[in-house]
Amino acid sequence: MQPMKRRASINAFALAALGAVFGGAYAQSSTVDEIAKYREALQDGNPAELWEARGEELWRKLQGPKNVSFTTCDLGLGPGVVKGAYAALPRYFPDAGRVMDLESRLVFCMVNQQGMTEADATANKFGNGNQQKSNLEALAAYVTSQSRGVKMNVSLDDPHVRDMYALGESMFFYRGGTHDFACATCHGDDGKRIRLQDLPNLTKVEGAQKAYTTWPAYRVSQGELRTFEWRLNDCFRQQRFPELEFGSDAAIALTTYLAARANGAAFDGPAIKR
Amino acid sequence: MADPMKIRANAIGDSTEVKVLMSHEMETGQRKDAQGKTIPAWFIQNVQVMHNDKVVLAAQWGPAIAKNPFVSFKFKGGAKGDKVKITWTDNHDETRTDEVVIA
Repeated sequence: MQPMKRRASINAFALAALGAVFGGAYAQSSTVDEIAKYREALQDGNPAELWEARGEELWRKLQGPKNVSFTTCDLGLGPGVVKGAYAALPRYFPDAGRVMDLESRLVFCMVNQQGMTEADATANKFGNGNQQKSNLEALAAYVTSQSRGVKMNVSLDDPHVRDMYALGESMFFYRGGTHDFACATCHGDDGKRIRLQDLPNLTKVEGAQKAYTTWPAYRVSQGELRTFEWRLNDCFRQQRFPELEFGSDAAIALTTYLAARANGAAFDGPAIKR
Repeated sequence: MADPMKIRANAIGDSTEVKVLMSHEMETGQRKDAQGKTIPAWFIQNVQVMHNDKVVLAAQWGPAIAKNPFVSFKFKGGAKGDKVKITWTDNHDETRTDEVVIA
């Protein structure tokens, strides 16, 4: 894990919000209110926009050994079509022969169209400051921003997708690891939290909708934009599970389960989170 | 080369509201890396905002400003079509200038 960033001040808004938290808001509910205010204050200048801008540039840039841009990459709505594509992912792609989420599809295009090796394509899957900028995170920011306001519509008509949904659902409730944890241990009841962070109840449609439609997100505490695969990866780490392999069927199955449960809600990412 | 800024400038009544998002590490010089070595300070020191040829905001910043800073302010005057030009310079003498037309 990278060291957590500690800042004397995040900005004037953040200071005001923190002041209110320490300044006598003892009850849990008022703390939650203050955190909500803090998020609202940050919403206006969401640095995710910087990732969106970089991603848009990368989308059009000729790259890889074959010098090909992403404009030939098919995210499910036709080559190069980005608008609304994320709201219908994961889906089954016959050319790859498997169900894919956004991140694995981007890697697929980098490997099969741009001629990169899979290792190169996923080398910087999670960025770390200026030394290690992640193209995948930037591309994900751009693609998802083009689905803002679009209603989630992951189709379960395809049997492959249905299988992944069922697998994801069983993974969600499967208890394991050194702590005998399942996703449902933290995300199966209302009002659970880690420290001060309220955890969404993903077994309820509203909870799944609110959670899924706000990833990717800019994490203020990390100064990075994080995608949904990162979110799952870090949940696995916190559960002391084996590392969730990037773009694996396991990751895609869980994503399929949660994305399909968010169906009907307008996508609202990239968002901003603590 | 630093990434471009995101700038929005909107004329509201007799003033102009400017919102700027800058891409910068804003390293405090207080943090240590995994090897225990201090990460050198690296932050924006000067910010200047011009409305056409007139300076409307000049700021001196330090390491307490957050990573990827966001600045929002208003100035009197400014009409649709006018230019707003923003320049930052950091303590490595790296600089970036971006321009936007008031909407």
